[in-house]
Amino acid sequence: MGETLAIEAEGLVKNYGTTKALAGFDLAVPAGTIYGLLGPNGAGKTTAVRVFATLLRPDGGRTQVLGHDVVTEAAQVRRQIGLTGQYAALDEYLTGRANLVMIGRLSRLTARAARRRADEMLERFGLAEAAGRAVKTYSGGMRRRLDLAASLIGYPSVLFLDEPTTGLDPNARAMTWDIVRELAAEGTTLLLTTQYLEEADQLAGRVAVIDGGAVIAEGTPDQLKSSVGGEHLEIALAAGADIEAAVVAVKPYATGSIEPGGGGRRLSVPVSAAEGLTTRVVRALDDAGVQVNDVTIGRASLDDVFLSLTGHLSSSEDDSEGSDAA
Amino acid sequence: MSAITADLVPERDVTYGRSALSHLVTDVWVLTKRSIARIRREPETLADVTFQPVIFILMFAYVFGGAIALAGGGNYHEYLIGGMLGMGLAQTAPGVAVALVTDMSTGLIDRFRSLPMSRWAVLAARSVAELLTQMIGAVVVVCVGLAIGWRVHTNATDVIAAFALALLFGYAFTWAGICLGMTLRSPEAAQQSGFIIFLPMIFISCAFVPIQGMPGWLQPIAEWNPMSAIATACRKLFGNPNPAAAIPSWPLQHPELAVLGWSAAMLVVFAPLAVHMYRRKALG
Repeated sequence: MGETLAIEAEGLVKNYGTTKALAGFDLAVPAGTIYGLLGPNGAGKTTAVRVFATLLRPDGGRTQVLGHDVVTEAAQVRRQIGLTGQYAALDEYLTGRANLVMIGRLSRLTARAARRRADEMLERFGLAEAAGRAVKTYSGGMRRRLDLAASLIGYPSVLFLDEPTTGLDPNARAMTWDIVRELAAEGTTLLLTTQYLEEADQLAGRVAVIDGGAVIAEGTPDQLKSSVGGEHLEIALAAGADIEAAVVAVKPYATGSIEPGGGGRRLSVPVSAAEGLTTRVVRALDDAGVQVNDVTIGRASLDDVFLSLTGHLSSSEDDSEGSDAA
Repeated sequence: MSAITADLVPERDVTYGRSALSHLVTDVWVLTKRSIARIRREPETLADVTFQPVIFILMFAYVFGGAIALAGGGNYHEYLIGGMLGMGLAQTAPGVAVALVTDMSTGLIDRFRSLPMSRWAVLAARSVAELLTQMIGAVVVVCVGLAIGWRVHTNATDVIAAFALALLFGYAFTWAGICLGMTLRSPEAAQQSGFIIFLPMIFISCAFVPIQGMPGWLQPIAEWNPMSAIATACRKLFGNPNPAAAIPSWPLQHPELAVLGWSAAMLVVFAPLAVHMYRRKALG
């Protein structure tokens, strides 16, 4: 059958007045994978997710989710998707359990199945004890978990997570990551948007980098990283070591300019990865009489990727509403 | 590429096969239960159909009432309740707008829209929940009315007809409130515009004072105000003092028909408009 696509978007366009939220957005998400949409605020991530989740009608282009068009076959799409937005979509006055049963019923489960599924989810997300309390008494982390549980009630094949960990403390974030990995292991397709490069790197099998309403780069995190600058050898020299001699010694291995730093005690050497490279560099330094404390291979982070692709950092606060002229 | 979900969900657990109407009924019921649960947790949300009418009735019965002369005579306390009933139900409309704006501003409506549920259900359930609160409001008005000396002088059929008209009228206003909620962005705006729209509507009518006492240029407005129609219909059906019966204006001569007409007109205009605005909002 080959690789089945869970989400397929071609040339999506969405305008808000003169603002182009999506400007020719293409995406192909293989079924059963975790796919990351990475970009700053206003890049178009949320708009794309809202189109995929049938909440927003695009002005142009086509999107299919599990083979169904999101505009003309929205009903079929809705049966198979779950959505967790940036804000917990829960009724504050209902209990945790009542929220889940309600969503289950509205997802077309029978009353009995909805109750059973709600209890399963409460158990799974560690909310069984709080199940009888109104959601407004829940902590932020508990809300997020309940929200995630609610998006899973209807047995979705495709789950959209719009910035699932924004505003969460590190514990709650780690827990969310674990849940995401578990769901993927069970065969759910997950599309998650994030501003955190680390999150995309940790979770996603493939990542699309979004800027200005379009995908500007796509690939595995490793591919993206090696497309930008590749690897660096980070060399920490011993006190009193001759940095000039060190530069001369490592020069034959460098693929670009060598950056000294750390008050004349560190070197960052761009290299192309090869078997035994570190050993050879250390030997060359040793032969030159340079004492070395530590050598590590550093790879470009997705931060570097973002900076080199867009010319601006992903986390700049003044990026708002996609109107930034970067 | 048939539904992957079908492999995950046991077939007997889902209701995909049922009719659209059956789905609509289920969805409306589930969402109405949500509103009822809210009321049970925070009974103070019922204030606009409980305390508010009580205060209005007591104020008009004992503060203003003494200064209001009824054309053709009659007991003001008996006069008051007919006006209070329709007004008490219709004035819940701004509250509907507030509740809806609040709902729209959370992510909850987005979640509902991403579910395979009936599109009408969110709004229809809101209107049904409101009808239930209006019934509570009607009971409150009746009880306070009986306490201040209001009595019915007709038969059970007329009384039932009066309450049915009042609830229909209130239900039609609910859809106006839903439309209001769809056009506004903040709960505060909904609260204020409700006040601005509904307050003159309530007072430029015979809900609390006879039209005969108003200046001539204002009288036609009061005569054709839907609030006058419901107040006059209730008074007529309860057998209470009804000075408006002496005014030869069509809606006051045929108040039951006028109420039916106004209610139908409001439903025909506001219900489809509300659904249209909801869907537009839905699709950005």
